[in-house]
Amino acid sequence: MAAAASCSTSTRSTGSVVVAASRNSVTSFQRRGPRASGTDSGCSRLVSIAGTRPSVRNGQLLVSTGLPALDQLLGGGLAVGTVLLIEEDKYNIYSPLLFKYFLAEGIVTGHTLLVASAKEDPADILQELPAPLLDDNCKKECDEDICNHKTESNIKMKIAWRYQLLPKMEARPVSSSRFGHYYDVSKRIPQELIEASKWHGFFLPEKISSTLNLEPCSLNHGYIKLLQFIQNIIYEEGFDGSNPQKKQKNILRIGIQNLGSPLWGDDICWTENCDSNHSLTKFLYMLRGLLRSSLSACIITVPTHLIQNKAIIARVTNLSDTVVGLESFIGSEKETNPLYKDYHGLIHIRQIPQLNNLIYDVSDVKDLAFKLKRKLFTIEHPPTPTVLLPSQTSTSRGHSPVW
Amino acid sequence: MFPELNNLLNTTPDQAEQGKLTLLCDAKTDGSFLVHHFLSFYLKANCKVCFVALIQSFSHYNIVGQKLGVSLTTARECGQLVFLEGLKSAVDVFFRPQEEPHPLQFLREANSGNLQPLYEFVQEALKPVDSGEAAWRCPVLLVDDLSVLLSLGVGAVAVLDFIHYCRATVCWEWKGNVVALVHDSGDAEDEENDILLNGLGHQSHLILRAEGLATGFCKDVHGQLRILWRRPSEPTAQRDRSLTYQYKIQDKNVSFFAKGMSPAVL
Repeated sequence: MAAAASCSTSTRSTGSVVVAASRNSVTSFQRRGPRASGTDSGCSRLVSIAGTRPSVRNGQLLVSTGLPALDQLLGGGLAVGTVLLIEEDKYNIYSPLLFKYFLAEGIVTGHTLLVASAKEDPADILQELPAPLLDDNCKKECDEDICNHKTESNIKMKIAWRYQLLPKMEARPVSSSRFGHYYDVSKRIPQELIEASKWHGFFLPEKISSTLNLEPCSLNHGYIKLLQFIQNIIYEEGFDGSNPQKKQKNILRIGIQNLGSPLWGDDICWTENCDSNHSLTKFLYMLRGLLRSSLSACIITVPTHLIQNKAIIARVTNLSDTVVGLESFIGSEKETNPLYKDYHGLIHIRQIPQLNNLIYDVSDVKDLAFKLKRKLFTIEHPPTPTVLLPSQTSTSRGHSPVW
Repeated sequence: MFPELNNLLNTTPDQAEQGKLTLLCDAKTDGSFLVHHFLSFYLKANCKVCFVALIQSFSHYNIVGQKLGVSLTTARECGQLVFLEGLKSAVDVFFRPQEEPHPLQFLREANSGNLQPLYEFVQEALKPVDSGEAAWRCPVLLVDDLSVLLSLGVGAVAVLDFIHYCRATVCWEWKGNVVALVHDSGDAEDEENDILLNGLGHQSHLILRAEGLATGFCKDVHGQLRILWRRPSEPTAQRDRSLTYQYKIQDKNVSFFAKGMSPAVL
């Protein structure tokens, strides 16, 4: 691997920790060169994976968050190897929706899921995922495919017998060539889709009961267990390129709910000067380390409105790549603001990662509001009123219209 | 490296100063472009660089470095660059217990952590080789970034001690340079970070502070850069020289202009 670059001084640093890795390390930041046109998959090391697409800006591999509107705001999608942090809204009504969209998108595109929660059993979370909105043609096809897959037996091929020797493709229930799907929140995802998908669940009360024989370190036990679980899955299923026999590369979608809440054993939501001040930040750092060296993308929801210490919120933001904050209008004075009468809340894109790039990438649109109708979660720019009545000026703080 | 920034700082790769501590800080914006600048600057200046990259992966710096005209892989292979990839090493040290002391050993410790193994790693990496001929011009330590160490449970005083030891060895003994990035948390009331920032601010010879515009986000002006030259060892009645410029980051370059003189406005 190390090219024979001859230099006049051949002083190899002996004590260097990072001597060039001799194994093929698959990072997600593989530049899709001109040879990787998609047709000749033998050339590029990163075969095109279902449900991903390269970014138009820097060639980075992106996955959809499940909300095409949010994908657009984030510059095309969520980069593989990064963390999407959702700052929960006050009563935790809308952030679980974004969480579920992300997981549903994973099922629809055939990615492997890893769901971690301290509150709900991951199996229950999966049952509540929204149903994808498919065209009718597509739906008929997937019913047919599923029937065929179940009744398929070893039919010997008579004419095209050479094809018998090829490995069978896994039946994908839904055509995964699209990037980003729409979901119907009022319906549940069909059971067949869940059963056809591969997922791993981490439910904290089940995992924490086993005895721990670890050295004491400043991470709390729940986080240590979760990190080990994630690392295990990544290693065993080859998401970090450690298993070269695996021909079909896939993305691991990790979803962690309510991280930092007291249910995880963390006390940053109770007091300002707590003992485990560094648990959450250390966890995020280790998670970043795991993600950067594997084909995975992660969504985390954190109740930042409960965290007492503002410094921790700043540190958590710095350790995450993409940060989206949700602010619902329930119970706030904005609920009666005529500007926002059609909307349920505001969505703030607080941070977008600047990976493999110098350019400072900040979303152009700043005032965004979201609304949840029966079927769809839409994100829009609230319309500026053309006529400003005196009664409106008193309530609209800082949202004066641009003439 | 950005030629315009070299002009502002009055340096070129051939005449790089020695024995200096440069502090990079950012407030309300991302100052990592300064890290990329100094990395490519010192590699082009033929210095031996030890880069402690705690926050991003190697390929990130490599890809940006290629845009700026340096190849980190080549530099690493021929020994000019010693790269500590914090994220990868952290996973190694955390999940697979190591026998010998690892530079990021503090991740396994419960209390506020000791950066001595990290200092020893830097020392080992930048030690001048006694081969007689000077292969590289001067040793340079580059850290991106120090605020992450605070998030990992290391106390501000331990980080200040680490920089002090590095300064004593790299700057004073071996006549090299140290460049470190610290985030300024602004109104987030991060006391540890403020201690670190103030402590380093008093020890540095050059402070580059990237700030977001006070008026908010703008597409054409990404921020403001304050340059402050200091003389920490000489108490002097003269005021330290300071300059302020605004900048816009492009794909392969950063352009600087005087305040209010953005080409978009003129």
